[in-house]
Amino acid sequence: MNFWLVLTVNSVTFGGLLFLLSAGFSLIFGLMRIPNLTHGSLFMLGAYVGATFVVGLLGFKLNFWLAAILATLAVAALGALAERLLLRRLPGDQLAQVLVTLGLSFMAADFCLMMWGGDPLNVATPDGLGGFVRFGTIAFPMYRLAIIVIAALVAIALWLLLDRTRLGAMIRAGVDDPDMARVVGIRVSQLFTIVFALGAGLAAFAGIIGGPILSVYPGLDQDMLPLALVVVILGGSGSLLGSFVGSIIVGFIYNFGQALLPELAYFVLFMPMLLVLLLRPQGLFGRHVP
Amino acid sequence: MNSTMSLRVFAIIIAVAALATLPLWMGGIYYINVASQILLYAVFALGLNVLVGYAGLTSLGHAGLFGVAAYATGYMLQLGYGHTESILVALLVGVASMAVYAVLSLRSTGIGFIMITLALGEILWGLAYRWISLTGGDNGINVPKRPAPFGYSLSNATNFYFTTLIVFLLVVVVMAIFVRSPLGAALRGTRDQPRRMNALGYHVWAIRFYACLFSGLLTAVSGILFVYYTQFISPQTLALTSSAEVLLMVIAGGPGTLLGPIVGAGLVVIVKTVVSGFIERWNFLLGAIFVAIVILMPDGLVPGTTRLWRLATRKRAPVAAKTEGAP
Repeated sequence: MNFWLVLTVNSVTFGGLLFLLSAGFSLIFGLMRIPNLTHGSLFMLGAYVGATFVVGLLGFKLNFWLAAILATLAVAALGALAERLLLRRLPGDQLAQVLVTLGLSFMAADFCLMMWGGDPLNVATPDGLGGFVRFGTIAFPMYRLAIIVIAALVAIALWLLLDRTRLGAMIRAGVDDPDMARVVGIRVSQLFTIVFALGAGLAAFAGIIGGPILSVYPGLDQDMLPLALVVVILGGSGSLLGSFVGSIIVGFIYNFGQALLPELAYFVLFMPMLLVLLLRPQGLFGRHVP
Repeated sequence: MNSTMSLRVFAIIIAVAALATLPLWMGGIYYINVASQILLYAVFALGLNVLVGYAGLTSLGHAGLFGVAAYATGYMLQLGYGHTESILVALLVGVASMAVYAVLSLRSTGIGFIMITLALGEILWGLAYRWISLTGGDNGINVPKRPAPFGYSLSNATNFYFTTLIVFLLVVVVMAIFVRSPLGAALRGTRDQPRRMNALGYHVWAIRFYACLFSGLLTAVSGILFVYYTQFISPQTLALTSSAEVLLMVIAGGPGTLLGPIVGAGLVVIVKTVVSGFIERWNFLLGAIFVAIVILMPDGLVPGTTRLWRLATRKRAPVAAKTEGAP
C-alpha cells in the first residue's frame, strides 16, 4: 500500500515537471510545426545555470528561487536569440529548421560539458521545503508536493495567458491557421520569437526546479528530450490540455515502468507514443497532424 | 560533354587507385584504421542517403537499424554460431527490422516520418540499454574474434581495410546501378511529385517500401562491418546522437548524390577521430558544422562545391572567386 502511494506521488511529481518542460515544446510544435530538438538542452542549460548560482560556483550563492528566475530569463533570452538569428533564416523550411535545432543541441551539450565538467551537480532542496509531510503513517517529501503545486500554478497561469489575453488569442490563431492569422494582421513571425522564448524559459525553469530531484549531469538533455516528445505526441501539439494530460500519463508510465518492468521500461514508454502516431496522428487533444 | 565524362572516369580511376594503395602510403596502423572507419560509415551514409536523398524521407532512427545488425552478429557469435551464419542472420534481422520501420513510418512523410523513425530508434535504444539479459545492457557484447574468410585473417588492420574497401566499392557500384535503374528513377519521382507518380499508375507506397528495404540492407552491412571493426557493441551506438551523426554525413556531403555521403562520412569521421586528438571540443565543432551547412550550404558540400567550381571556371564569373573560401 505504502509502495503504491509513494509511486503515485512520484509519478504526479514527475508529470508536473514534464508539464513544465513540454508545455513550451507543444506550443512551439503547434505554432512553428517543428519538434524543437534543443528542448532537452534548454532544460539542461536552465538546470546548470540555476545550479551555478545555488551551489555558488561563481563565488557567491543566491537564493534558490532567485536563481531559478535568473536561469529562466537567461535561457528565454537565449531561445529568442536562437530563433531570431538561426531559425528565422530558414522560413518555411521545416526540415532544415529541425536539423538546425539538432545541431544546436550537440553544441549545447558540449558547451555544458566544457563549462561544468562531467561530474553531476547536486542542488540542495530550497530552504523550508526539505522536510516531510505526514499523512497518517506515510511521510511525503515536502519538495515533491511543492513541485506539484508549482506545476499546477504554472498550468493555470498558462491557461489564463492563452485563453484570456490578446496575446493568447493571437497564439491560438497562429496554431490553428497561420496563413489566415497573417491575413487578419497578426505578425505570426513575431509570435514565433515570443513562443520560442516562452518555451525556452519554461524548459529552463523545469530544469532548475527538477534539480534537487534529478540532480544536474551531462546527458540530462538526452534523457528529457524523448520524454517531452512522447508527451506532446500523446497529447497533441499546440494543446495545453494535451500536454497536461500527456505529462501525467507519461509520469505514471515512466515511474511505474521503471519500478515494475525495468528491463522494458523504455519499450513501455515509447509504445503508447507509437500507437498514438499510428492510430490518432494528431494526438489525443491535438488539432492538426504534424 | 565528352571531355567531362573522360575527366570523371579519370578521377574515379585515381580515387580507386589511391584507396587500393592507401596502406602503402598512409603510414601507421592508426590512419589505416581511420580509413576503414570512413569506408564503413560511408556505406552507412550511402544507405541512409537512399531514403534522405532519393526518396525525400528523413530518418532519425537509422542508428537503431545499424545497431540491431551489429547486436545480431554479436549475439549469434556469443551463442556459438560461425561467422557466416551470424552475418546472414544479421543481414536478415536488419532488413526485417527495416521492414517493420517502413510499415509503421511510411504512413506519413516529412516531419511525421522523422518523428516515427525517431521513436522507433529510441525504442531499439531503450531495449538495447535495458534488456540486460539479451544485450548485456551498458556492458554491451564483445566480439572476441574477427573472421578469416578463405584463411585471410581480418585481425590485422591492413587486411580489414582491404575487406572493407571491397565491400565499400561493391556498395558504390550497386548504388550507381540503383540510381540509374527504373526503380531509382521512380523513387526520385515519388520524392518530387508523389501525386503525379500516383496518377501515372505508380504504386508510391511500394516504391518507397522497396527503397526502405534497400536502405536497410546497406545499413545492416555497415552495422556488421562496424561490429567486426570495434569488436564491441553497446547501446551508445544506437543513441539519437549516432542517428544524427550519420544524418549529418548525408546532409553535409550532399543528399541525393553518390559522392556526397562518402565525402560527408570522411568529414565527420576525420573531425571525430583525428581532430579530436588536437581539439577537445569536437562535438561542439560537429554541431557548428551541422548548423553552418544547413544554413549556408543547404544542398551539401559536394553540390555546393560543384556549383562554386562551375562558377569559378566559367570565364565571365569574376565574382565567384570571393566565395571560394567555403570549406
